[in-house]
Amino acid sequence: MKVDQFIVIMVSLLSSVSLLVIVSLGLALAFGMMGVINMAHGEFLMLGAYFTITAVNAGIVLPVAILISAIAMGGLGMVIERIVLRQLYGRIWATMLATWGLSLLIVGVVQLVFGTSSNGIPTPLSTIHLGGYMLSQYSLVLIALAGVLIATTYLVFARTPYGTMARAAASLPEMAAAVGINVSRVNMITFGIASALAGLGGGLLAPLSGVSPTFGQGYIGDAFMTVVVGGASPLLGASTASLLLGGIYAGVSNIVSPVAGTLALLLVSMLVLRFLPTGLTGLWRKARQ
Amino acid sequence: MRNESFSHWRSGIGRVGIATTAVVLFFGLSACQAAQPSSTTKGPISVGSIDDVSGGLSSIGQPKADAAKLAIKDINSNGGVLGRQLKLVAYDAQSDNTKYIQYANQLAQQDHVAVVEAGITSAAREAIRPILDSAQIPYFYSQLYEGGVCDANVFATGMVPSQQLAPMIPYATKHYGKTFTILAADYNFGHSEAVWAAKYIKQNGGTVVKTEFLSLDQTDFGSSINNLQRDKPSVVVSLLVGGNQMSFYKQFAAAGLSGTSHIISPTFGDGQEQLAIGAKATEGIVVANLYLQERTAAANSAFLKQWYAAYGKSYPYVTPSAVAVWNSWHLWAAGVNKAGSLDRAKVLAALQSGISYDGPGGKVTINGASHHVVQNVVVAEGTAEGNFRVLEVDNQVAPAFEESKCNLIKSPTTNTQYIPSN
Repeated sequence: MKVDQFIVIMVSLLSSVSLLVIVSLGLALAFGMMGVINMAHGEFLMLGAYFTITAVNAGIVLPVAILISAIAMGGLGMVIERIVLRQLYGRIWATMLATWGLSLLIVGVVQLVFGTSSNGIPTPLSTIHLGGYMLSQYSLVLIALAGVLIATTYLVFARTPYGTMARAAASLPEMAAAVGINVSRVNMITFGIASALAGLGGGLLAPLSGVSPTFGQGYIGDAFMTVVVGGASPLLGASTASLLLGGIYAGVSNIVSPVAGTLALLLVSMLVLRFLPTGLTGLWRKARQ
Repeated sequence: MRNESFSHWRSGIGRVGIATTAVVLFFGLSACQAAQPSSTTKGPISVGSIDDVSGGLSSIGQPKADAAKLAIKDINSNGGVLGRQLKLVAYDAQSDNTKYIQYANQLAQQDHVAVVEAGITSAAREAIRPILDSAQIPYFYSQLYEGGVCDANVFATGMVPSQQLAPMIPYATKHYGKTFTILAADYNFGHSEAVWAAKYIKQNGGTVVKTEFLSLDQTDFGSSINNLQRDKPSVVVSLLVGGNQMSFYKQFAAAGLSGTSHIISPTFGDGQEQLAIGAKATEGIVVANLYLQERTAAANSAFLKQWYAAYGKSYPYVTPSAVAVWNSWHLWAAGVNKAGSLDRAKVLAALQSGISYDGPGGKVTINGASHHVVQNVVVAEGTAEGNFRVLEVDNQVAPAFEESKCNLIKSPTTNTQYIPSN
């Protein structure tokens, strides 16, 4: 294997990993912090993508458009938490059913408003030449951004007063309430952040994909797989599972074929869950005990 | 004791009740089936259609459903069929093959339609073809596909490989070069179509460097892009289908591959891909189809005027398969009018006699022996503005493979799908 080919395959490996981080972080956060399995996560991504292309088509530059769609999705997430989720905390099946219904509603509304096709936006930036290969600069940006996203989320939840309160509200809600934390408000903000991450993810993917009302369905499977394999600890789980699954998928795809890549990904997920039913972070917790 | 026997008695009544209901239902249903209201009585004639207006295939299905409604309206405003109006019973299969089966049964058993126009994927077609065969309801399939279906009950008005790939591949070897990579959707359509592509590439002196099958769920095309960079084929034959696979074209353009390889695709544009992926990724993609919205012929202008009057000037894009739907309905109407009756045998005989219709893309004629259509083929290229520019128009192209294999006039009981040998 030549050097340029090796580098290109490594980049495509990192790119697959970063895509998994981008699509799964919001889902992992809602699940790990609040125990909410958000079946509408794919549709949150899709809405993020739609907000972004609408903003870009209205003449706003892409980075700003992506930020706007993250903020808009954060707001929408808080509204959804208030109206739907807070009635259902602790009832995991009811939450799944409600968010699944929500996902159908969102797809229907988007199809009514935007129709079945959208005005796609071009992939920004250009390419880097590397020997006989070319790399899309945008995928390099995505790789960097995935790292930034993980780092920022870590800092918010580990180093800010809000983060401490959110973790307290997540692990011992009664105790948190007893020491004066407004658990209901903290939960609303946490779900808002999770939704904003989904909106941001959708916005980042919009220039790389064809955006349609069923956009989310293409990513939701991967997102769930990452969260389940990662386990309950949102950041560590999502990042280690993304590394493992994205690495396996891209590695096998490049060496054998994309079908074999998908097969390997599913096989590894099955093995992980067979031996670590609580996901990769279960291993870490076991080691600490 | 009394109570117990009472409850036995009660449950006895229950069983009798269920049995009675079953008997009534059974006879009731068979009575309904015997009646066949739409084909024998006066009043409007019920006709059926099933399309995917929601779900992953909606970008292909929505224009087709709109075309069906408009075609029925057009036929009705021109006097209907046999002097009677048509009543369209339309279902949305939601991109789900099991719903196709459910609605095909419903159209046959409850709605008693005289004809059915339905289906996008080859999987959906094969799911409902036997149902309509056994219900003896003529079935029009208006979608580009891998070709070869030979069934007296079925008429296919979309493009087949001998109409689409046959002109595109020599165009590519002449203008771009002789090395090819084939990327195909991983289901029956993609596999058969890939065999066809390889066949035409060989015939035209080209070589296939690599063939890859990609899952319909795939959104990350990194490894395919890397392979294309390594192999540097002059042409990429894209047989990709549906919303997720649209992302391939964008990732192809983002990796700067448009400079080294040219994409040709029989499927591109039929799902309004050029709108969803944008102008930058559309530029240079070569397509071939029975119709192109951009054509300026008088027949098309009149058709588009009617379309925009019904659905508004800002309608996203009138796709080739929407026009195939439009043609199907008009060909069927012409067939029934010629037969002078809704009797299936008479209608099939009339349709086989070489019925033709002047559609928006030019004249379409049913080839009686194969139940496919002779029609014009437009070869076009995506432009920097995100629409298509006509490169060449091949007039009245026959479905050559189907014609050579399938003769339903000589052997009307044939029921098979011919596939090419390597």
